[in-house]
Amino acid sequence: MLTIEEFGRRLRAREVTSTQVTNECLQRSETDNGRLNAFIRVTADQARRQAEDADRELAAGRDRGPLHGVPISIKDLLDVRGLPTTAASRVRDGHLASRDATPIAHLRQAGAVFVGKTNLHEFAFGTTNEDSAFGVARNPHDRSRSPGGSSGGSAASVAAGMALATIGTDTGGSIRIPAAACGIVGLKPSFGEVSIDGCVPLSTTLDHVGPLTQTVADASLVYHAMLGDEHVTPPAPLPLHGVRLAIPRRYFFDVLDEDVRARFEEAVSRLREAGVRFDEIEIHHSADIAPVYLHIVLADAAAYHATALETMPERYTPNVRVRLEMGRYVLAEDYVRALAGRDVLRREVDAALAQHDALMLPTLPIPAPTIGAATVELGSKTEPVRNVMLRLTQLFNVTGHPAISIPSGLTTGGLPCAVQLVGCRMQTDALLKVALACEPQIAAGPFPRSGKVGG
Amino acid sequence: MTIDAWLTAAIADAERRGLPELKPLLETLARATAALRAADFNDHANADSPGRSGSPLRLGARG
Repeated sequence: MLTIEEFGRRLRAREVTSTQVTNECLQRSETDNGRLNAFIRVTADQARRQAEDADRELAAGRDRGPLHGVPISIKDLLDVRGLPTTAASRVRDGHLASRDATPIAHLRQAGAVFVGKTNLHEFAFGTTNEDSAFGVARNPHDRSRSPGGSSGGSAASVAAGMALATIGTDTGGSIRIPAAACGIVGLKPSFGEVSIDGCVPLSTTLDHVGPLTQTVADASLVYHAMLGDEHVTPPAPLPLHGVRLAIPRRYFFDVLDEDVRARFEEAVSRLREAGVRFDEIEIHHSADIAPVYLHIVLADAAAYHATALETMPERYTPNVRVRLEMGRYVLAEDYVRALAGRDVLRREVDAALAQHDALMLPTLPIPAPTIGAATVELGSKTEPVRNVMLRLTQLFNVTGHPAISIPSGLTTGGLPCAVQLVGCRMQTDALLKVALACEPQIAAGPFPRSGKVGG
Repeated sequence: MTIDAWLTAAIADAERRGLPELKPLLETLARATAALRAADFNDHANADSPGRSGSPLRLGARG
C-alpha cells in the first residue's frame, strides 16, 4: 500500500494515476468491507469522478498539492455535502448534509478523493465500535478483535488498504486508540487548531478532528490540508541528538499489558542509543484525570442529546442511551469542580513540557480487546475495558495538548502496540518534527504495514 | 447535596422513568464524584488568582 508521499511522487512521475489507486482502494472495499464493516457507505461513483477530475487537472498543469488525487475515507460524524451524516445512529435517520464540514471542505479544495464514510461507535461515545446502528466494525489484524474506537471503521479502512488516509475525531482518544489498535499513525492536533464546524459533537470542549495515516509525514500532510494549507510539505525532523523526552511513569504505567510495556521500553532503548535524552517526571493529580474527564464529557454529551433522549430514545443503541442518560444526573457544582480540575491538569502538563520537547508514554495499555469483552485481565487485576482504553489518552483531551500515536511493533500474539508523543499546546508542528525524528526508532520492530493485513 | 442524597434521588428518578439499568452506572458516577470532590482542585485551580477563595467555608474560618 502506497503512503501519501510515495503516491505523490509516483503520480507526478506519471507512474500511477489517481484513478488507478482509487480503484484499487475501492476494490479492496468490495472484497473486504463485508468482513470488516469499516464503511457505512462507500461512495464509489463519486470517488471515481473525483479521481478522474484530479487526473485531468494534473494533466492540464493544475497541481493542488500533496493531497491531489489521494483516496481518503471520512468518519461518518463529519458532514460531506450531499451525503447523510449518520453518526452510526438511527437518531440521525433522514439527515442530509448541505455542505462540507470545514476540514472536509479544505480537503476537497486540496484535491482529495472521498471514498466513503466510515463506521464508528454511535455518536463517538465509546472506545470499541461495538455499539453502532450499522453493526460492529472489526480489526483487520484479527477479526475477533475490536479496531478500537470511536474512529474504528476509519482505522480499519487504512489498515486494510481501503484508503491511503482517513479523518477521525478524538474526544477521549478516539483517533489515537484505533490507530494504536490497528497499527497506524493517529494525530490529535492541539485543541482549537482544526475546526470542528460540521462535526456532530460529543463534547465541544473536548472534541478534536485529525488524521489517521500510515506514517507521521502523511499525518503532517493531511493535518495541514485540513487547515487549508494545501501546499505545505512535512517539516524537517529534529536531529535526534539533543531531543529531550519526559516519561510520566506514575499512574500511566500502573495498568499496562506486559507486551505493550516491553515494546515501549525497547523503543526507549533505541531512542536513547540514537541520542535522545530521557527524564522521568510526575504529572501531579493524575489520579483525578478520569473523574474530571467523566464529569465534563457526560454533562456536555447529555446537553447535546437531551431533546433526542426525550423524543426518540428507542433509536439509540441501548448502551449508548444509558450512558447519555447518566450524564443528565451530573450536578452543576460537580461540573464546575471538573472545570477547575481541567485548569490544574493543564498547568501540570504545561509544567512537565517546560524543559522537554515532548512527553512519551504508551497510547493504549492493552492490545485490541476481543469484541464483546467487558473486562480485561492485567496481572492480578480485572479492569473495565472502557476505563483501560481511555486511561492514557483522555488527559490530553482535557488539557488540549497535541498528541500523536506511532506504531511500536507487535505483541507476541501479533497485535499492534503503540507509543504516544505529546507536545506543547498550539504547537502541533513542533510535535510533528519530534515525531518525524523518533518514528524510525519507535517503529523499528517488524510488523505488517497497512494494506498487507488480512481482511 | 451530599453524594449519598444525590445517589438515592438519582436512582429513584431513574426507576420512576423506567430506566432501572441506570442504577449501576449512577453508582459508578457516584464513586467518580466522590473522587472529584476529594481532590484539592479548588485551592490549586485558583493559584493564579490569589484574591479568590476556594470555599466559603474557608473564608468563614478566616473571617
